[in-house]
Amino acid sequence: MAGAVPAVSAARGQCAAVHAADHLTEHAAVRWLLIGIALLFLGLFLILPLVTVFVEAFRKGAALYFAALREKEALAAIRLTLTTAAFAVPANLIFGLAAAWAVSKFRFRGKQVLLTLIDLPFAVSPVISGLVFVLLFGARGWFGPWLSEHDVKIIFALPGIVLATVFVTFPFVARELIPLMQAQGVQEEEAAATLGASGWRIFWKVTLPNIKWGLLYGVILCNARAMGEFGAVSVVSGHVRGKTNTIPLHVQILYNEYKFTAAFAVASLLVLLAAVTLGVKSFIEWKHHQSAHTGAEESGDPI
Amino acid sequence: MPTWRKSRSVLPGFGLSMGYTLVYLSLLVLIPLAALFIKASGLGWAAFWQTVTDARVVAAYKLSFGASLAAALVNGVFGFLVAWVLVRYTFPGKKLVDAIVDLPFALPTAVAGIALTTLYAQNGWIGKLLVPLGIKSAYSPLGIIIALTFIGIPFVVRTVQPVLQELDRETEEAAVSLGAYRTRTFVKVLLPQVLPALITGMAMAFARAIGEYGSVVFISGNMPFKTEIAPLLIMTKLEQFDYAGATAIAAVMLIVSFVLLLVTNVLQARTQRKLLAG
Amino acid sequence: MSHIEVRGLTKSFGGHLAADGISFAIGKGSLVGLLGPSGGGKTTVLRMLAGLERPDSGDITFEGVRVNDIPPQKRGIGLVFQNYALFRHMNVFDNIAFGLTVQKRSKTYIRERVGELLELTGLAGLAERLPSQLSGGQRQRVAFARALAPQPQLLLLDEPFAAIDAKVRKELRLWLRDMIDRVGITTLFVTHDQEEAVEVADEIMIVNRGRLEQKGSPEHIYGTPQTPFVAGFIGESSRVEAVSELHGFEHCHEGAKAIVRPEFIEIGSPRELRLPSASGQGIVKAVFFRGTHWQVEVEVGTNRLFGYRDLEQPALHPGDATHVLVHRAYLVSGGQVSVVENRYKTDPMPVHI
Ligand SMILES: Nc1ncnc2c1ncn2[C@@H]1O[C@H](COP(=O)(O)OP(=O)(O)O)[C@@H](O)[C@H]1O
Ligand SMILES: [Mg+2]
Repeated sequence: MAGAVPAVSAARGQCAAVHAADHLTEHAAVRWLLIGIALLFLGLFLILPLVTVFVEAFRKGAALYFAALREKEALAAIRLTLTTAAFAVPANLIFGLAAAWAVSKFRFRGKQVLLTLIDLPFAVSPVISGLVFVLLFGARGWFGPWLSEHDVKIIFALPGIVLATVFVTFPFVARELIPLMQAQGVQEEEAAATLGASGWRIFWKVTLPNIKWGLLYGVILCNARAMGEFGAVSVVSGHVRGKTNTIPLHVQILYNEYKFTAAFAVASLLVLLAAVTLGVKSFIEWKHHQSAHTGAEESGDPI
Repeated sequence: MPTWRKSRSVLPGFGLSMGYTLVYLSLLVLIPLAALFIKASGLGWAAFWQTVTDARVVAAYKLSFGASLAAALVNGVFGFLVAWVLVRYTFPGKKLVDAIVDLPFALPTAVAGIALTTLYAQNGWIGKLLVPLGIKSAYSPLGIIIALTFIGIPFVVRTVQPVLQELDRETEEAAVSLGAYRTRTFVKVLLPQVLPALITGMAMAFARAIGEYGSVVFISGNMPFKTEIAPLLIMTKLEQFDYAGATAIAAVMLIVSFVLLLVTNVLQARTQRKLLAG
Repeated sequence: MSHIEVRGLTKSFGGHLAADGISFAIGKGSLVGLLGPSGGGKTTVLRMLAGLERPDSGDITFEGVRVNDIPPQKRGIGLVFQNYALFRHMNVFDNIAFGLTVQKRSKTYIRERVGELLELTGLAGLAERLPSQLSGGQRQRVAFARALAPQPQLLLLDEPFAAIDAKVRKELRLWLRDMIDRVGITTLFVTHDQEEAVEVADEIMIVNRGRLEQKGSPEHIYGTPQTPFVAGFIGESSRVEAVSELHGFEHCHEGAKAIVRPEFIEIGSPRELRLPSASGQGIVKAVFFRGTHWQVEVEVGTNRLFGYRDLEQPALHPGDATHVLVHRAYLVSGGQVSVVENRYKTDPMPVHI
């Protein structure tokens, strides 16, 4: 929902920060106090939880840590999470590309409505995202009887988990690409088209190189959310051990059974996933800066 | 709904991409959401009203909205401060701090939930310090606010930051040369320009907090009437196979969320227009 | 005593000298133009006067009092920025009233003073508008009124017309000149447009690469440039690499360089020239139609010069052999400029300034 945050020219901001004259900034004491409060706040809310995860995970030594990761059910959860992401991310990637192409390269009425509809899943509570699929495909849902007649399981099985995950991560790629491609306009593509390039060729040779970093960014965020989603998956999974538990659900079960060390050990995998996500994000932003494409290409804020 | 009348374009693929977008959007988002509202309307008004005005449900709504509002306010203050510090000052490790602000976007909520709970439990690093002061943090509304604050941090920071960055230093200099000192310049010249973005960011954080589940369930303690948030109540109803109850509660939440989405979109469009107008 | 005095003002940004030992004095009530190419250091000087930038060395005095350590809030300076820097969230009235509210003036005084300024700047009736609802010229007037409201002792304007359409710019220039005369405030304004400086200012200071090159009335600077930069920057000119090749300048030592303005040159057949005996031969290289006259480029020896010709006179064409009379040249040597007259015209001794 935050895709439209205005672009920033970071260079300018940095320059201002360095050359701020006396009367345009606070006393050094005030400055350091404010920096201190900000860092304390972030330390308390962001850093300390991260530290906790690793401290708890290794509380009983590295051996138990790795044992918790090699446990059969843990491995099953990892497999299920990877499988889910392997379905959900490509699905939303293709959708994101299609939606961004339609929205940014053509003019049509109702574009604003379409954009709002694409944003909708951001506004829906994860629990409700799961609930809607239970209402459709659950035992007492609309298609429930028909499904059980034909022996198709959606809820409490992989398809339900994938559906809920797709719903929750639906807007990520589209939201990243649309502002980017809108800012780039259609001139390059039109030039290619008038030179006789086919649609696919235009896309591969002209559009894609321009949006590759934004695309990667969207995919990375989509993937992080897909692997980490808890609420929605929790509703549709049924919590069958070793079968329908994703990593976050497995963490919850371990935690509720007071197996704290194991819970945090498995959770630390998700922390690593977050770290990689943030790392890639920073790398992309850095890359972006390098390519000196200012303003327009700077993508909005990541959720 | 979009209409299919596009203006003439030499580019191919409108039909295909638009068709795919609409089908995919309808199947995965619109029809499921519509199903919820159809189901809710099938309850009949009396049953619906009874469900959503049940004392336990009302308590959950109050808690969800109250705690979300509190968290949004906390984030309003500290998120602004963080954005300010990141834009205006230089200090060692600034890049790292800037990167870590996005952690709540990237960290699965369940992990945040168990980590915060461990920290704020009575024997946790922070909880231990609060117990002598008579403050119960985990398993109390305060714990919920803490979890929701965690979730909301990036919204305010990432909305305010670019606006602060784009602020024209010369307006501040103009104020200074007209005799204004720092406090007045901040209150009268800076803050009014950032306020729309700040409110937008807080509205986003609030909207996100209302629906939040994963980070809250662990730390809240989930006691009916006391620390039971609305999404959790939906979950409970579902586990009791009370689909009707769950649907009714969800419908109310969805409507609130959609209104919020609309409000933030309008706010944001306005902020942007202001920025663009020289 | 001068109102504003600056001595040895120096400022560098990371090793780059933006202002390099600048000294000048401005009399009370005068309107001075700070003219120079972009990046020359004009804004830096202005900002140091306003107290927004701290000089590395040098003194600034207002009425004999050193103000280096006085914060910008207390200097009593009205500043108009290039892009106006209006408060976007305040209407015109509040923008103009800002400096007065800082001074904690009474409500009635503020209303009166703002009303007065709105009248003066021709903005009456626009008090409730937001800056985004004004035209460029109107915004500029608001910025001007806002700077004047607290009755500053010195008005500083940084390229006040740069962001305005060429047409409106001319009107605003005259308006500004008129306004400042009426208010009678000491004013320093920055511009990179010499036409603007000449038209508006009583006195011009030319700044280049952080150095003050010359200060004086527009006529004086035009007639007697003191540095090669000023000679080339003010007015139009051709650079002459070997002035001794020009007829009448053979006495200059070989390889001496000079700057020649088109007004110093006559091009045409001997009958058309005022002093044919002082002219030499040249070849027409190019002819441009300039609306009210022809601009003719001629080659004399290895030099290329340009001059003007009336539309009434017979047209010249590229390739034509013609006569060129150079009345005068600015001889450039060692950073100094001297005026040399054509020796077949007047006294053969060059006049050193
Ligand atoms: N804050 C600053 N930081 C670094 N360099 C600066 C700064 N301000 C001005 N400069 C440099 O100083 C020189 C003079 O700039 P300025 O005074 O703005 O020139 P002008 O106004 O004549 O165009 C330029 O080369 C500019 O790049
Ligand atoms: Mg300048």
